[in-house]
Amino acid sequence: MKIDARGKQCPLPVMDAKEGLKKAAPGEVVEICVDNEIAVQNLTKMAKHKGLEVESQKKEERVFFVRIQAAGEEKEAGKQTELTAQEKEQKEEACIPDGRKTGHIVVISSETMGQGDDILGKILMKGFLYALAGQDEIPETLLMYNGGVKLACEGSESLEDLKQLEAMGVEILACGTCLNHYGLTKQLAVGNVTNMYEIVERMTGARHIVKP
Amino acid sequence: MEPILFCKGGGCTAKLGPGALKHVLEKIPRKNDPHLLVGFENSDDAAVYQLTEDLAIVQTLDFFPPMVEDPYLFGQIAAANALSDIYAMGGEVKTAMNIVCFPEQMDLNILGRILQGGAKKVEEAGGILAGGHSIADSDVKYGLSVTGVIHPSRILKNCGCKEGDVLILTKPLGVGIVCTAARMKAASSEAMDQAIRSMTQLNKYAAEALKPYEVHGCTDVTGFGFLVHLCEMLSEKYSAEIWASSIPYLKECEEYVEEFYLTAAAQRNRNHVQEKVDFVNCPFYMEELLFDPQTSGGLLASLSEKDAQCVKRELEEQGFVCEIVGQVTEKKEKTVIVKGDK
Repeated sequence: MKIDARGKQCPLPVMDAKEGLKKAAPGEVVEICVDNEIAVQNLTKMAKHKGLEVESQKKEERVFFVRIQAAGEEKEAGKQTELTAQEKEQKEEACIPDGRKTGHIVVISSETMGQGDDILGKILMKGFLYALAGQDEIPETLLMYNGGVKLACEGSESLEDLKQLEAMGVEILACGTCLNHYGLTKQLAVGNVTNMYEIVERMTGARHIVKP
Repeated sequence: MEPILFCKGGGCTAKLGPGALKHVLEKIPRKNDPHLLVGFENSDDAAVYQLTEDLAIVQTLDFFPPMVEDPYLFGQIAAANALSDIYAMGGEVKTAMNIVCFPEQMDLNILGRILQGGAKKVEEAGGILAGGHSIADSDVKYGLSVTGVIHPSRILKNCGCKEGDVLILTKPLGVGIVCTAARMKAASSEAMDQAIRSMTQLNKYAAEALKPYEVHGCTDVTGFGFLVHLCEMLSEKYSAEIWASSIPYLKECEEYVEEFYLTAAAQRNRNHVQEKVDFVNCPFYMEELLFDPQTSGGLLASLSEKDAQCVKRELEEQGFVCEIVGQVTEKKEKTVIVKGDK
């Protein structure tokens, strides 16, 4: 059974799911589609409280699927619980309550933003990272190379914003060759060191690249 | 004319989540002014600004969408909720201003009833309505900006609790759950009446009962629910043990939680502090009550057990709810431990 509860505020998705589970055949899986993580959490809470099997998946932005199995036949239930390792991994990835946009990366390739005046460029880049940390939707990954790595090193005025992004789950990767070139290897203060293979992989695999 | 939904699930459930808010507030630049005795650094209830040696003003603003169908009751609830912040600081209400959002095409009599309800509560508080501001908007919202006065040495801050203090709560929890059940047409009229009585009741009486005693910390329980407000009170310095069996709550909530009449706001509150809270043998409905966003909730105060007993007796004699719900302890791994069996 499929229920589309997108556009509905809590507790309505949970009410719809309860109604669906009431009508469902024993062991039937009821799939509820919702548009926010809080609804996923409330549905999961309801299912767990009632002792039902539940799993959830983030399909895309504002599209989440929660599958709850109606009470009933043991055999079916057993089958449902045996998720493969791959499925489990997917499940864990599925519902991170955050604003990270899947496949979105931000590339910082210089200390400055735009061309013209470097002093202005630095101010703009600082402002960009500050504003980025305040967005509702943030990238999955922040790649930093060439002069960009300086922003992630000790003494950078953007450290606080980068740390905030990292705390919100954004993966921050700084190019190792670049850190080495500027003699900053030991000064990296946020994120992890990466290499060209990973940089290429992230950039070619990205759905959307933002480069200030 | 298109029928306009008056009540779409409002009150303090409409608040922005505590996590989101903290994130934004941290980024606002702050000016240092020694006269600003209480600002937003400690998530306190209202701002306090010292004018002279023995006089400070307490300022607050609160407004939200309707959580009940009756506009007159909504006005009373919104006003009681806004006035509450002055009481939570230990202040005395002086002036209030209306803040209104109202759809142009809606019946103005409804607005009239809302404002009458608000005015009634301002009068009961001993204050005077001094003006206001209104905006045409797609949804109804109403509240007050209130100014009160206080002696600078008599401010009841959130976070002054001491180890060994007990915690008192002066209204039952569960108004968020009952209003949600009512929105699903599932609340009994008794439960809804009880919730409305609680929401329209001014915290004035509780604050007056507290006044003669040495209160170490005080806040009003509103949208962030009992546990988020308690965690704010304890800051990083203390922990608290809460006795689930002493928590006052609106009676039918147990049933409504089983039916999952739960808000998104309650889940946001849970997400915000669940890492800091340990539930020991605590039933699920009690967890939900402790996370339930309260509209115009009661005061939560920290004071010595002896004083707390006196306050409890006084308030109960006047027919109000007042329960000793837990105790402040030394800092432990978890900020709050909720014990199901005392």
